[in-house]
Amino acid sequence: MAAASDASTPGIARPRWRPLEIAFWLAPIPAYFAFPERRLLLSQIFVYGLFALSLDLVLGYAGILSLGHAAFFGTGAYTAALLAQHGWTEPLSGLLASGAVSAAFGLLVSLLVVPGSDLGRLMVTLGVGLLMYEVANQASSITGGVDGLTDLPIGALFGKIPFGLDGRAACAYSFAILALVFVLARRLVHSPFGLALRGIRENVRRMPAIGVDVNQRLRVVFAVAAGIAGMAGAALTQTTQLCGIDSLGFQRSAELLIMLVFGGAGRLYGALVGATVFMVAQDALAGISPDYWQFWLGAVLVVLVLIARGGLLGALDAVGRRVRRRH
Amino acid sequence: MRTLIGVLFDGVAYGSLLFLISLGLSVTMGLMSFVNLAHGAFAMMGGFLCVALMRRFGLSFGLTLPLVFVAIGAAGALLEVALYRRLYRASALDQVLFTIGLTFMVGAAATWIWGPSQQPIELPPALRHQITVLGVDLGAYRLFLIGFVVVLTAALALAITRTRFGAQLRAAVDNPQAAAGVGINVGLLFSVTFAIGAGLSGLGGALAIDVLGLDPTFALKYLVYFLLVVVVGGPGSIRGSLLAALLLGVVDVAGKYYVPQVGGFIIYASMVVLLVLFPHGLHGRRV
Amino acid sequence: MASALATRDLRRRFGAFTAVDGVSLDIEAGARHAIIGPNGAGKTTLINLITGTLRPDGGDVILGGDRVTGVAPHARVRRGLARTFQINTLFPRLTVAESVALAIGERRGHGRDWLRPVAAQREALDEARGLLQSLQLADDAAVVTRELPYGKQRLVEIALALATRPRVLLLDEPAAGIPSSESQHLIETIERLPAEMAILLIEHDMSLVFRFARRITVMVAGRVLTEGSPAEVAADPRVREVYLGEERHG
Repeated sequence: MAAASDASTPGIARPRWRPLEIAFWLAPIPAYFAFPERRLLLSQIFVYGLFALSLDLVLGYAGILSLGHAAFFGTGAYTAALLAQHGWTEPLSGLLASGAVSAAFGLLVSLLVVPGSDLGRLMVTLGVGLLMYEVANQASSITGGVDGLTDLPIGALFGKIPFGLDGRAACAYSFAILALVFVLARRLVHSPFGLALRGIRENVRRMPAIGVDVNQRLRVVFAVAAGIAGMAGAALTQTTQLCGIDSLGFQRSAELLIMLVFGGAGRLYGALVGATVFMVAQDALAGISPDYWQFWLGAVLVVLVLIARGGLLGALDAVGRRVRRRH
Repeated sequence: MRTLIGVLFDGVAYGSLLFLISLGLSVTMGLMSFVNLAHGAFAMMGGFLCVALMRRFGLSFGLTLPLVFVAIGAAGALLEVALYRRLYRASALDQVLFTIGLTFMVGAAATWIWGPSQQPIELPPALRHQITVLGVDLGAYRLFLIGFVVVLTAALALAITRTRFGAQLRAAVDNPQAAAGVGINVGLLFSVTFAIGAGLSGLGGALAIDVLGLDPTFALKYLVYFLLVVVVGGPGSIRGSLLAALLLGVVDVAGKYYVPQVGGFIIYASMVVLLVLFPHGLHGRRV
Repeated sequence: MASALATRDLRRRFGAFTAVDGVSLDIEAGARHAIIGPNGAGKTTLINLITGTLRPDGGDVILGGDRVTGVAPHARVRRGLARTFQINTLFPRLTVAESVALAIGERRGHGRDWLRPVAAQREALDEARGLLQSLQLADDAAVVTRELPYGKQRLVEIALALATRPRVLLLDEPAAGIPSSESQHLIETIERLPAEMAILLIEHDMSLVFRFARRITVMVAGRVLTEGSPAEVAADPRVREVYLGEERHG
């Protein structure tokens, strides 16, 4: 996602909004009107786009291999659900509170995850994810166990716009959150903090040698990403008025990873593209048996690794480079 | 009413099974630094192959075991040469994605062929009853499992310490470049080791049908346990894997028996604690 | 006056092998000090002990009069200690400008800034431009690091260290991989470094060492064999034995 070099500072990109980006962000509008029965799906695409974005910060930018990111999504989802059940029904403040809880949890987990090897990080994140699933499973009096929590009394947005089944409020809500977080994430990526993250990703050995406390930076990113994942989970709970245990499982974490890698990690937009394609494909193929879906999901992964490193956007980039070279 | 000994016994049997299946994964991770999340699929395929052989060809359980070992071992060798070899230098993320993808594919195929439900198995009559040892009733099958793994471990220990292959393996785990430098055919070593590991895993999967059950979700469901054994025991360490597997088996069985409300919580919490205390595993990187 | 950098009896073992065996150094501000010795003498281990990448089994590292033995590597950098790496340790996909801006921005405390773009950090970027100009890398500012020729990468290696404005600079074989016919520019760059900066140079290229160093320490098997001016060291028969002996076996 490199913008053109500024003439006065060669080598440093100026983060301008390119026309393609603007078009991308305007695209949901026709989609909203063209598919009125699919508005809940559209809303979920925004939610999962946000979720995938949070994983991109962890994996694509900080380079931490996480197989349990759903733990934070689920934490946010359940927090929002429990808040609503206990009288805190205002959605926006509930969202922020859920995000804060997830971020705090993420900070705790980061203490275990950040100072490890790739394999260690894999195991700890996997373990934390499974742990949270078990907790939700066992504490069924609070969490509803395998059945989850339903019929949640989510309040109306700004006291006036309820989250109805038609999905209008849901779409606007989740889109607004996604857009806002994205803008902030974009700023982060182009900031000195973001440059340091890229430095950590490019050569972690050199970073202490220029005075950077690598682990501290990674902990911050991890916690922030956990908070964003938590907000995504809360948004899902609030827009659907229910909270399921599958928001926590390994399946969710694995699917998220697939979404991100398919779209292309380390680019912010890859997360959104991947989430969109995945959700649309899943919806379209829902009628076909789940084994078929799982088989082809696995096949896509295998092919991705063997051939298309960098996912969809990476492949498009490569094609673009080849086209430009011929001219 | 099960006594402490009964619970311990079951735990040891369970642990022995975990060890058998996870051993290949441990050596692979220690030797090639390859994160193979598809390892559970070898065990699962071993189980399904055993069921197919028994049901479609009427073979006895005992006869299926060596066949499963050879067949899954061969499949492993093929997979290693054709696909895995290209990914030894790939990033951990690529390896994870690739092997998860493979596991998904194998699981889906298994569901399509055998259906989603548990596979029943008929153990040979000799193993179906209880044996009384020192006043305690122990399942004959679990006794057989423990005995089998004891014999196998002894044989492995002998092979590792007394044979040339074992010496080469230890050298390669310690320092692959140096090993290649003194003329060890590291590529062949990898393939053979991988095949043996896969074969053992398949064998373990067949043996596990009665204890752990078998359905197409087996590979992912128990993956965490296999990884746990490897990471806690230290990748590449046979002794470490054995210790970790037995520990895990006993803790899991005891936990589920004495505090069932908490279920798998103990295992995952213990794992996190152990990983923090021993970031390199209980034994580190030694065969 | 406190020395810029000192080590006291530094020790480090790897299992049964003692890499550094009681090394004491004293380097004053503005020093031009070289460490030479055969391969395996422990020179790089010593550097790693000084920077804090490795923890010593015994002894101390003193930076500007303060004991820094327990201090983390990144904190030592903030106290004025910088190093270059023997093997290029750069940011492959960052441009030269980005790499240097990163280091300078960190030094200036921008590392926490997550809202403003790098392109808006006027002063840091001006400083980066100045640094690149002084190293004659200004024309390569927009080039992605991994596309640079090796010699220029070596210069970026030094640029990153200089960006931290160190009081003590450790150069680990800066001419490594550069044939002597092409090392002119690099040598001139090192010679033009600020006079008040203490420089500790590890090198195998003897022409560079004798041209540059005012003081030389010879290390063998983890210990200091001798230390003195270039003339003294060159005349020392033990030193010639070490190198001649190495030639006989090498």
